[in-house]
Amino acid sequence: MRRPWLAAVAPYAWLLVFFALPFALVAKLSLSHTVLAMPPYAPQLDLSKGHAGILAFVHQLSFATYARLTSDRLYVLAYLSSLRFAAIATAILFLIGYPIAYGMSRFAPESRHGLLMAVILPFWTSFLIRIYAWIAILKPAGLLNQALAVLHLGPLSLLNTDAAVIIGLVYAYLPFMVLPLYAALERQDERLIEAAQDLGCTPVQAFWRVTFPLSWPGVAAGGLLCFIPMVGEFVIPDLLGGSDTLMLGRTIWTEFFADRDWPAASAVAIVLLATLAVPIALFQRQQAPLLERPGVLS
Amino acid sequence: MDARSDRPVSLAAPLVRFESVTKRFGDVVAVDGVSLDIAEGEFFALLGPSGCGKTTLMRLLAGFAVPDEGRILLNGEDIAGLPPHRRPSSMMFQTYALFPHLNVEKNIGFGLKQQGWEKARAAERVEEMLSLVRLQGLNRRKPGELSGGQAQRVALARALAPGPKILLLDEPLAALDRKLREETQLELKAIQRRLGVTFMIVTHDQDEAMVVADRIAVMKDGQIAQVGPPREVYERPASRYVAEFLGEANLFPDGSGWRLVRPEKMTLSATPVAGATAGEVAQIAYFGDRTRYVVRAGAGRPLLVSRANLGPPLPLAVGDSAWVSYAPDAAVALGS
Amino acid sequence: MRTGPTVFNRLSVGLGLAFLYAPIALLILYSFNASRLVTVWAGFSTRWYAALAQDDQMLDAVWVTLRVGLISASLATVLGTLAAVALVRSGRFRGRALFSGMIYAPLVMPEVILGLSLLLLFVALGLPRGFWTVTVSHATVTLCYATVVIQARLASFDVSLEEAAQDLGCPPLMAFVKVTLPNIAPAVAAAWMLAFTLSLDDLVIASFTSGPGATTLPMRLYSQVRLGVNPEINAVSTLLIAVVGMGVLAAGLIQRRRENPG
Repeated sequence: MRRPWLAAVAPYAWLLVFFALPFALVAKLSLSHTVLAMPPYAPQLDLSKGHAGILAFVHQLSFATYARLTSDRLYVLAYLSSLRFAAIATAILFLIGYPIAYGMSRFAPESRHGLLMAVILPFWTSFLIRIYAWIAILKPAGLLNQALAVLHLGPLSLLNTDAAVIIGLVYAYLPFMVLPLYAALERQDERLIEAAQDLGCTPVQAFWRVTFPLSWPGVAAGGLLCFIPMVGEFVIPDLLGGSDTLMLGRTIWTEFFADRDWPAASAVAIVLLATLAVPIALFQRQQAPLLERPGVLS
Repeated sequence: MDARSDRPVSLAAPLVRFESVTKRFGDVVAVDGVSLDIAEGEFFALLGPSGCGKTTLMRLLAGFAVPDEGRILLNGEDIAGLPPHRRPSSMMFQTYALFPHLNVEKNIGFGLKQQGWEKARAAERVEEMLSLVRLQGLNRRKPGELSGGQAQRVALARALAPGPKILLLDEPLAALDRKLREETQLELKAIQRRLGVTFMIVTHDQDEAMVVADRIAVMKDGQIAQVGPPREVYERPASRYVAEFLGEANLFPDGSGWRLVRPEKMTLSATPVAGATAGEVAQIAYFGDRTRYVVRAGAGRPLLVSRANLGPPLPLAVGDSAWVSYAPDAAVALGS
Repeated sequence: MRTGPTVFNRLSVGLGLAFLYAPIALLILYSFNASRLVTVWAGFSTRWYAALAQDDQMLDAVWVTLRVGLISASLATVLGTLAAVALVRSGRFRGRALFSGMIYAPLVMPEVILGLSLLLLFVALGLPRGFWTVTVSHATVTLCYATVVIQARLASFDVSLEEAAQDLGCPPLMAFVKVTLPNIAPAVAAAWMLAFTLSLDDLVIASFTSGPGATTLPMRLYSQVRLGVNPEINAVSTLLIAVVGMGVLAAGLIQRRRENPG
């Protein structure tokens, strides 16, 4: 095609209207205050009044909502606890995801294709349903405790605890950890290992000195791909966590739907986004090319 | 005498004329003020190392790049404004670029369909092309099911099918193994003779250029170093660069320039010969049909001697003394 | 030669897959449980599937979800193909950085933020929330996934094929349609399926951007799940898993056969 950038016009315009503009609105709303009306916030930008209208609008913006967030212990706790949940789950995901991805990459190419599909398949089944399945397993009279009773162990009361949230996070995000790791491990040249062994490494040493360092891009991609969305996760803490499980995604949801405090919900969203800006930028800069490799998403 | 002397090249009204054509990519000048004429019906080769601008020159003619300066004329008309699909040239791509979703027949018929050929006539033409490249019966194969040599032939047939004024071949044989490549070179030449279509080939392989082409343009850094029939560029190179790019060369300082003697024109003797240069054999390489000796004589560059293995071998081993000489008319003076 | 997998390798992969599949298997198993108590096995029964057929609210939600998915996935695929072409084929253009940023950000951005921001847009524009607002929202998010999938295929597509078509007389746009499009078709189909599945699956964005009369299946399921475990949910889930699973397997097999014929 002679002018391929012309193809960008429609999606560009679409994303400006439905992605960029909404973010400007969230930012603006976070600087507004709540009123009892529909929409439940003020000030509203009145462009019909022209320049004066804009000035009046700007003067009414305030950082009051942010001040409220930092002074309220609950918000601060939710913030810290979101990061903590995401960090712990990412670490566990790495520990169990790496052996799986590495194991897959050791199979013959013919079987690898099937294994890859097996790991991707759960990703295609409903997220909500997969989390729901864990309720039946973790609840007090659930399948886990039935199994433990057979072994004369337990019972464990896991449902509605932080542990259940971690289990849910690990379960739901496992494919996102395994796939980039696998992509990085699978394309490694087997001859590098042979060369390392030829130079005196035992197989285990060759793994630590060659295979593992070379898989770092996969580790970084998998980590970011899991960590970023987990910080803002809503469904898992809501269904598996307890009433005292604090996470920002849930806070936004509650502020919005239950408390109808739209400015607060927006301010939390902005804080969340600001926190994730660095990892998201990292992900875009370095890891997006990994996702573009054929077979990772399709 | 020259086997090609029966095909004099007439450049009175060239098919293609490059007029001071320059093409830059950023700071890199890929093609630098090239002027060149290509005659109707000739097999023309652009020869040079990678990065010399030969492929860019070809893509300028095909329309995939636009010159920054200069003009390209086809039959005397400037083709600057013509996009690739309106140019009467066809290109055979280095990777063949066969459409993987279409079978052999549809690949070959692609250009015909585009030109709006009537169905029966197009089918006839496809058959004609298939027999030209000796692939009858493979009509329904997909490109993925072809061998390298077959794919190469389909690419040739596809490019020739619409009856181009000039066929552009971009390193067409680079992917083939040596034996097949040599066979195909001769076949390409035979097809070109039969059809009388102008062929322009881009290659980095001087043997290939010499085997197939009526004339060769040797390129260096975006410029044409020399144009001429193979024998001329090999035996009377215009510069040291051309002399060394086409085969091996013994170069002797000669005033401000150089004198060239090709290794096969040197004579080697195991016994002293009057007027010959004495030296010591540093290397002997046996090639089957010939043997190549490297003889160190004095402080200059070692001398190369290539000797056809017609009779018994010379009684020489590495380290032995040897005497090298050449006839006075074997030396060619090069410009500075 | 690659040495085969060790016992440790086999064990890791085996346990990993067991962890991924066990909850789903149990969920499917208990959808055929005769008892109302989801975790107590009381014999095989299909009563919950029968009950499902009577549940008008649930069927309604399925219908809404399918329509949202079909329309939003198709929109996303068209826009995503265009975006992929722009990203792969045109080197630099004005605003490219912003463009690719907007493509990649939604891939990792928490859904809660996406949902909230889209909702605020619809409120600000004074659009009543309902079927079309969900559809547009889903198209927006899934178009990014579609772009990435198509871009991957397009980037590995040999440009000289398109040049060959032009050389043989195709104008540039027609060369794209006749040569490139058929060859990236599997990726376009995969992108559509991914977009459709993501739309089918989405709870959070739909909850923010939907309105009365446009309750999607995940929204319906969520409101029931909050009330506790219920065998009817297992039955719906099983059907969903079966449909999606068969679709993905079929697509995988077709693609495989295409790659290595014979």
